Amino acid sequence: MDKETVISVKDLTKKFGNFTAVDHITLQVRRGEIFGFLGANGAGKTTAMRMLCGLSLPTSGTGTVAGYDILRQAEEIKRHIGYMSQKFSLYENLTVWENLNLFATIYGMSAKRIKEKTDAVFRALGMENMRNVLVKEIPLGWKQKLAFTAATLHSPDVVFLDEPTGGVDPSTRRKFWEMIYRASSEGMTVFVTTHYLDEAEYCSRISIMVDGRITALDSPAGLKRQYHAGTMDEVFRIVAKDAKREN
Amino acid sequence: MSIFQSLIKKEMLHLLRDFRTVTVVLVMPVVLLLLFGFAISTEVNNVKVVAVVEHHTDETKQIIDRFRHNSYFTFEGVVTHNDVESLLRKGLADAAIVFRTEGGKLKHQIVVDASNTTMAQTSTAYLENVICSATGIPVVTNTLYNPQLKSAYNFVPGIMGMIFILICAMMTSVSIVSEKETGTMNLLLVSPVHPRTIILGKLVPYFLLSCIILTLVLVLGYTVLGLPFSFSVINVIWVTILYVILALALGLLISTIASTQVSALLVSGVMFMIPVVLLSGMIFPVENMPLVLQWLSCIIPARWYISAMRVLMIQQLPVGYVLTEVLVLSGMTLVVLALAIKKFNTKK
Repeated sequence: MDKETVISVKDLTKKFGNFTAVDHITLQVRRGEIFGFLGANGAGKTTAMRMLCGLSLPTSGTGTVAGYDILRQAEEIKRHIGYMSQKFSLYENLTVWENLNLFATIYGMSAKRIKEKTDAVFRALGMENMRNVLVKEIPLGWKQKLAFTAATLHSPDVVFLDEPTGGVDPSTRRKFWEMIYRASSEGMTVFVTTHYLDEAEYCSRISIMVDGRITALDSPAGLKRQYHAGTMDEVFRIVAKDAKREN
Repeated sequence: MSIFQSLIKKEMLHLLRDFRTVTVVLVMPVVLLLLFGFAISTEVNNVKVVAVVEHHTDETKQIIDRFRHNSYFTFEGVVTHNDVESLLRKGLADAAIVFRTEGGKLKHQIVVDASNTTMAQTSTAYLENVICSATGIPVVTNTLYNPQLKSAYNFVPGIMGMIFILICAMMTSVSIVSEKETGTMNLLLVSPVHPRTIILGKLVPYFLLSCIILTLVLVLGYTVLGLPFSFSVINVIWVTILYVILALALGLLISTIASTQVSALLVSGVMFMIPVVLLSGMIFPVENMPLVLQWLSCIIPARWYISAMRVLMIQQLPVGYVLTEVLVLSGMTLVVLALAIKKFNTKK
């Protein structure tokens, strides 16, 4: 494995009883890449992502994330990744600053570094006046930015975004992708699941999961060429047409 | 600040900013104690008594005199046999005593309105006592530990058994499940924080809250309710702390089973509230239950705790007398804690 490969898994499989949620997936993600992880509901995306985050042990298969073994070094992996959940989860009864401070502390940042980082982030996002506002009182778009900031404040090698744009209007979504681009240009690897196929176009490479298997993996342009399709939407429909699992 | 401290601070801030919950949690024990202590009393006062007398004798006069001067009774007069039923029906009398002379010996019969069984039982006992002491076969009853049969502080152990299960088990389970619902639990699990730290960060704030409530309850108990104060308060405190830890562990266990806040509330309500009230001996003595229910009551932590508290708080006996209870509670704590941690840790 070369130094620039941040995620590398081979034949990763997860079975729950007789049900194979994730079926021998193999993929590699390079540093700074924005990797789109697509698939219908129930295709196994979440289970696969949980294994990559060290939350769940694979039934078989091997892999490394940020240079650490997913079978034996889950704790190390957790230290080097960031995670943003699809509900923009934050503590609603804490202020913006208290939330950032809590997560930064959990990831082992010093008080001094937390202050420098949060000051910079608040300035960049124009959120200085929101520092001491309770999270439950800020609009959804800001919550989304804040959740992303909380996940990336400790400069992780990889950040996992689980449907980070659900329920958000198009212009906020576009602004959010600008944040993703900025993070990736600073060398952070972004692993993102999404339902919006127009967003898939923004990714450097995409994989499409069907029934627990990865059936397509390439750059958006490459996939469109391969399937003779004009848009990612068409590609997805061609790839997923044989899906057996219901939503 | 360490990770552990910041988790505790987070939980405290969350709790304090939920002003209504904190108020309810702190006010509820006080209200319950005062209600059970003063409003709800099994003492019977002002029992309205009438008498039916076939032949007035010195003896009957003496007995009636005793009723006239007894503060627990209001003597409503001598009536005829036929009036008794209508008086009882209309609620103008609670009990009637019928005196008959058979073969030169005075016999009596007590007719009592038993629509309220507690009141009927207690007033019958009072009545018999008065009659017996007047007819010359005095029954000497010696009530130990609670000489005035005050019910005010009799309820304190029961209330404590209920409050701590409610607050610790219910609030911890609901707060953990709410983190699952909002997804913040996932953020913590995906972070480098050890699951052990997450659990402790959740339990410690509620433990501290319970300590505040314990202080509140004890201060009220020893001042307003007039519990006899002695050295055994130390034992009361540490046995309660053991019980609180058990309740917290139960809350943790529920949170691993329930997936929504509503189900956590329901589970802790159904699993704890009802059995605690009905089976723990808080209201109905365990010894009077059918055998099956007595066995069932053995798995209810509150039963052991309340029984220990009765010994330590009211009888003021040394801790040696509650060894069984303490051992059972410790055993339960270990088992529940082990189960809860195992379930919490499972990597799916």
